[in-house]
Amino acid sequence: MSLARRLRLAGFLVAMLAMAASSGCGAGEGDRVTLRFWAMGREGEVVTELMHEFEAEHPGVRVQVEKIPWSAAHEKLLTAHVGRSSPDVAQLGNSWMAEFHALRALAPVPAALAAQGVSRDSCFEGIWDTNVFDGLAYGVPWYVDTRVLFYRSDLFAKAGFASIPGDWEGFRLALHAVKAQAGPTRHAIFLPINEWVPPYVLGLSAGATMLNAEGTRGAFSSHEFRRGFDFYDRLYRERLAPPVSNSEVANMYQEFERGSFAAVITGPWNLGEFARRLSPELQGSWSTAPLPGPDGPESGASTAGGSSLVVFERSRHAEAAWQLIAFLSRPSIQARFFHLTGDLPAVRSAWADSALTHDPRIEAFRTQLQRVRPAPLVPEWELIATLLQTQGEAVARGVLTPDSALARLDRDVDRVLEKRRWLHARKQGATP
Amino acid sequence: MRSDRRAEARAGWIFVAPAVGLIALFYLLPVIAGFALSLTDFDLYAIGDPSVVRVVGAANYQRVLTDPEFWAALRHTLFFVFVGGPLSMAASLGAALLLHDKLVRGRSFFRTVYFAPVVTTLVAVALVWRYLYHPTYGLVDHLLGFVGIAPIDWLGDPRTALWAILILAVWKSFGYNMLILIAGLSTIPEDLYEAARLDGAGAWQQFRHITLPSLGPTLLFVGIMTMLAQFQVFAEPYVMTQGGPLRSTVTAMLLMYEQGFRWWRMGYANAIAFVLFALMLVATLIQMRLQKGSER
Repeated sequence: MSLARRLRLAGFLVAMLAMAASSGCGAGEGDRVTLRFWAMGREGEVVTELMHEFEAEHPGVRVQVEKIPWSAAHEKLLTAHVGRSSPDVAQLGNSWMAEFHALRALAPVPAALAAQGVSRDSCFEGIWDTNVFDGLAYGVPWYVDTRVLFYRSDLFAKAGFASIPGDWEGFRLALHAVKAQAGPTRHAIFLPINEWVPPYVLGLSAGATMLNAEGTRGAFSSHEFRRGFDFYDRLYRERLAPPVSNSEVANMYQEFERGSFAAVITGPWNLGEFARRLSPELQGSWSTAPLPGPDGPESGASTAGGSSLVVFERSRHAEAAWQLIAFLSRPSIQARFFHLTGDLPAVRSAWADSALTHDPRIEAFRTQLQRVRPAPLVPEWELIATLLQTQGEAVARGVLTPDSALARLDRDVDRVLEKRRWLHARKQGATP
Repeated sequence: MRSDRRAEARAGWIFVAPAVGLIALFYLLPVIAGFALSLTDFDLYAIGDPSVVRVVGAANYQRVLTDPEFWAALRHTLFFVFVGGPLSMAASLGAALLLHDKLVRGRSFFRTVYFAPVVTTLVAVALVWRYLYHPTYGLVDHLLGFVGIAPIDWLGDPRTALWAILILAVWKSFGYNMLILIAGLSTIPEDLYEAARLDGAGAWQQFRHITLPSLGPTLLFVGIMTMLAQFQVFAEPYVMTQGGPLRSTVTAMLLMYEQGFRWWRMGYANAIAFVLFALMLVATLIQMRLQKGSER
């Protein structure tokens, strides 16, 4: 099928949907409100189960959950906004917030919601901040996601380390000790060179902001980012990490089991995967730890990921929509949602749930979540992350020195941010 | 007499007006709008606030031509044009010759079978092919196992993914051209073959000196249509790999779609579309010229 035909078909479908939507609204259901709620992937499949309770509490409101596959979510949301058929409430990946804010698609969180316990104080602050633009929050964190260290506790113990040292220098020495035990063909840590997260979290831990304060220029040549990047470079130069990508390691779980590497930086979904895919004998021999930092454990920062719940600016049922979000933010509902999906709760008091407190491997996540910072809140961030990955890969492979890689990175990032500089200058001119 | 003709012309215009109007509205206007957009930096910010659109002239075109990603995507597209196109043509011609032969039984049955992929939904077909290509329980690797070839991760390996999609694309499309070529074959008078046989021409000589020249115009048509289709390869990589692994299956059309509908850089995406249009125009002209040259 040609693209032209696809687009024509898409246009036709959009028109059909618009007709269906408008006829649905005009059907005269009295004062009954139907909320359209878009949720993605696994969350979309299970959130329906929680809706009966909400509908029982709010007899006038019916929630229509529409499941969107993750792979199509971004395009669908954008197209829906442009085509004026956006839902009332949607789940939005944290990294998309800036984009939808730039589109002026989102309604700010009403101050009244704080009375129902939904505020920055009730959540992990670093995660809440991914929703804040010019002092106003445009979304409420639903569940959270961050990266921590997964490691083979048996291999580290054999090398003389009962736990992971919290500072970079101590961590580096521990990796050397593991490497000495493992021999020349194995490595201490696996940092896939085709991922932007490793160089990013190292820079973040050293205090880097990635971009300047206005988000109009790259700040990767800054002293802070350079400090993290040098550590990143060092892990490869000292042969602690193999310079290979994800696709070159056919099966990460198998290699972890074999001891090809003793540590990897990854996210909460792998708690389940490691439990499922590693052999039963190995289940007692792996653990998680917060990321070490340059100046001790407190400085070990990580990504502020997860999803937020947002209300679209165009929604005609904003009040009911915010009620739904307040309901989903309730600690008891958050805990139930965790049991349904395994997604880590965004509301801190939900972490009192026994399943969360009893798993020592989840504890690392709780600690790490106190030390997360949002990525720059610009719509171009995803693109900038891929540029960071390209230069990180060049350094890991030894093609470029950190100096020239970071100079190139800033140059490329500045090119991407040209429009923002123009917008910024325009805004300055308009309000002298 | 003259006024008669004028009245006739007017009637003619009235008759074609609805069609011309529709074409202008749904083809010409979008093309003009697209070209206008390609001269601006229309993007995400512009959707939020239309006043921030800037006219940038040829800057988008300059960027397309200096973007390594575009050249990589174009390389993948040209792979489809120069490898997939001829392969598809050869498959169509081969199937057409076989099914035209009167000695073959169940011709209409096979015609239907070969044509079936053309009318099946690509998304459904892609699902099946993803299973076929699966490294652990896929049929393709299973069959290759009999001749001692170790399993290949067809869609997961950047070196094989493009081939895997190309084979699917050829399988999916050759039936259409096959039907056109069968129609072309049936217009060749049987006397020519008879005369050739009397003169002692073999099967290859008959094919080379009767079938091919007689099929000339049909082949030109099929060739141009196939080439244009291959230039626009989009849905196959979109549903099979989404451009991965490692961007090894991003075609020019897929890149345009990503830039336009994923990142909403409409100006840039439109510039890609027009660069591709120019390339296709040139390629079509060359092909027509070559064909004319060989006819002389």
